[in-house]
Amino acid sequence: MPHRDIGKRSAGWMGLSRGHKARPLEWIAEKAIFAVSLSTILMVFLIFVFIAKEAWPLLAGKMNSAASQEVIAPEDMDKLSAEELRVYLEMTKAEFAAKDRETLQLLMELKAEAGAEAPDDKDAEINTTELRYLVKPYQWSDYDKPEYIWQPVSAIHKYNIIPLVIGSLKTTLVALLFAVPLALGAAIYVSQLAPPKLKEYVKPVIELLAGIPSVVLGFFALIVMATFLQSVTGSHSRLNALVAGIALGIAVIPVVFSIAEDALTSVPRSYIQAALALGASKWQAAWQVVLPAAIPGVFAAVALGFGRAIGETMIVLMASGNASIMSWDLLDSTRTITATIAAEMAEAVFGGHHYRILFMLGMLLFAVTFISNLLGDIVIHRLKGRLEGKS
Amino acid sequence: MPEILMSEPVMPNIKVKDHGHLPSAESPLLEVENLSLYYGHSQALKNISVKLSEKVITAFIGPSGCGKSTLLRCFNRMNDLIDSVRITGKIKIGGQDIYEKSVDVIELRKRVGMVFQRSNPFPKSIYENVAYGLKLHGKNDRAELDEIVERSLRNAALWDEVKDRLHTSALGLSGGQQQRLCIARAIAIRPEIILMDEPASALDPIATAKIEELVLELRKEFTIIIVTHNMQQAARISDYTAFFYLGELIEFDATGKVFTNPAKKQTEDYVTGRFG
Repeated sequence: MPHRDIGKRSAGWMGLSRGHKARPLEWIAEKAIFAVSLSTILMVFLIFVFIAKEAWPLLAGKMNSAASQEVIAPEDMDKLSAEELRVYLEMTKAEFAAKDRETLQLLMELKAEAGAEAPDDKDAEINTTELRYLVKPYQWSDYDKPEYIWQPVSAIHKYNIIPLVIGSLKTTLVALLFAVPLALGAAIYVSQLAPPKLKEYVKPVIELLAGIPSVVLGFFALIVMATFLQSVTGSHSRLNALVAGIALGIAVIPVVFSIAEDALTSVPRSYIQAALALGASKWQAAWQVVLPAAIPGVFAAVALGFGRAIGETMIVLMASGNASIMSWDLLDSTRTITATIAAEMAEAVFGGHHYRILFMLGMLLFAVTFISNLLGDIVIHRLKGRLEGKS
Repeated sequence: MPEILMSEPVMPNIKVKDHGHLPSAESPLLEVENLSLYYGHSQALKNISVKLSEKVITAFIGPSGCGKSTLLRCFNRMNDLIDSVRITGKIKIGGQDIYEKSVDVIELRKRVGMVFQRSNPFPKSIYENVAYGLKLHGKNDRAELDEIVERSLRNAALWDEVKDRLHTSALGLSGGQQQRLCIARAIAIRPEIILMDEPASALDPIATAKIEELVLELRKEFTIIIVTHNMQQAARISDYTAFFYLGELIEFDATGKVFTNPAKKQTEDYVTGRFG
């Protein structure tokens, strides 16, 4: 074909498809799909921006949660400049601009009232939203040693997030320890050892677990599992990290199973045949050849299971006992970050320090899943490279 | 017949290998007696009987779907993996019927190794690939493993190419090297018989030549059965040739005879390239 003919054909329609053949419909479809995928990325980004925006005044140190603060008499409102008034009432510029004079007056009166009611306590003047009170133990009045305390609605607002972080980690750890061996075992059995007929039944049933609403699982854990586990472990509190973790594990099993099973099934049959031809049993082939070859996928399954476990809310809200106790003991009641956000967001004052702390916890959760996914990706990439002889 | 063959020589471009004296088939290593194999209701092998002797290379030739690979996979019972397969008749290796209930398939596969059409090294290191079969059969002594791995790779004519990177992934090797690695892996456990299912069909001519050379070398120690689509290959390397057609064994004889003076018309048609 002469050269200029090729040039003509690829010139495209309305100059849209440089490098494409002249197919405008395909071009449009391609761009539409691109726009859709872009919009999901945008969505994730926007959600993060929203959460970060709500948490920002706290992170920037602009919040003051001290129970007793300097009070300006409502009559003196006119002596303050607009900017001073705004800072005094702890409002953003937009919020301040939206209020009329009467409302501002009312807010000042409320603040004066709160100031009058402030507890007579050595801690009343502490801004508990400062970082050291968020993550380090502090000896509050009436305590005999420094402790990590989450008590957002007490007279002195105590916002130490460490008990919540430990609660989340504890239940997630239990969930993974419970779910990963079971899910992997099931995946190996279904993909490598089970007769095809059985596989047809077992696989959908396990994946059906994913369809159980988490509130139903939570209810089951609350009513049935908690009683049973208490009779086994003899634990002091009926609802604890072990109950919540195992219930969470049930929710995690189908996630890990499904991905691991796919990874194991996609290992070329030729590997299995080679192992069998060398005299391996089916089990040896599965364990020594297929599993190592599927390790990147299996790792991805576990990473996804971790994300599901640490982000799950309803099950832990119902089955963990919701006591923010600073303890690694699995038989103590516990409270996770997610359950805290879900339970307290409704009662937190809009725009207040409690509200902002909850958003900060949301950011923390987001960051943890993001980083774990990122690390997971890097590890998977490395493992794949090593298997394929590229590293 | 002879007159026709004289006036019309069969495949003059094929050079048949001359091994001189061939071992007699009086005490065969592998005997197939009236073997039939069914996939569900369709019969893939029809009443096959053949005797193969020790330390010879036997080529199975025939058009696609003629059952040659299926028969090959009967010898190490790889067909067991397919649920719908049913087998009648007997296969004896060293006098033992391998389809008897008392036979341990793992022991059998230790005695009958296999090399596949597509090279299939494990995604492990080169060393681990060769050592895998040994470890399976309980050899764990490091020094002994090292020695056997080296010997196997030398036998497979791969040692010089990989000795400096034994512990890198086998998937980094070229296709031909991978196939020789698979052969090294198969011979590491010292089987009596090596089954080769079109071992060179996915390789370029140079890699193919290396594999062929290797197969001829291995004949000193092993009994080899090789399935091939390439008739020149069968003629170049095999001592005996079996021609299959539609699940039947049409002709089995010394390779020289099959390629220059076949007894059956179908064989002649196939080796001269008239069909298949």
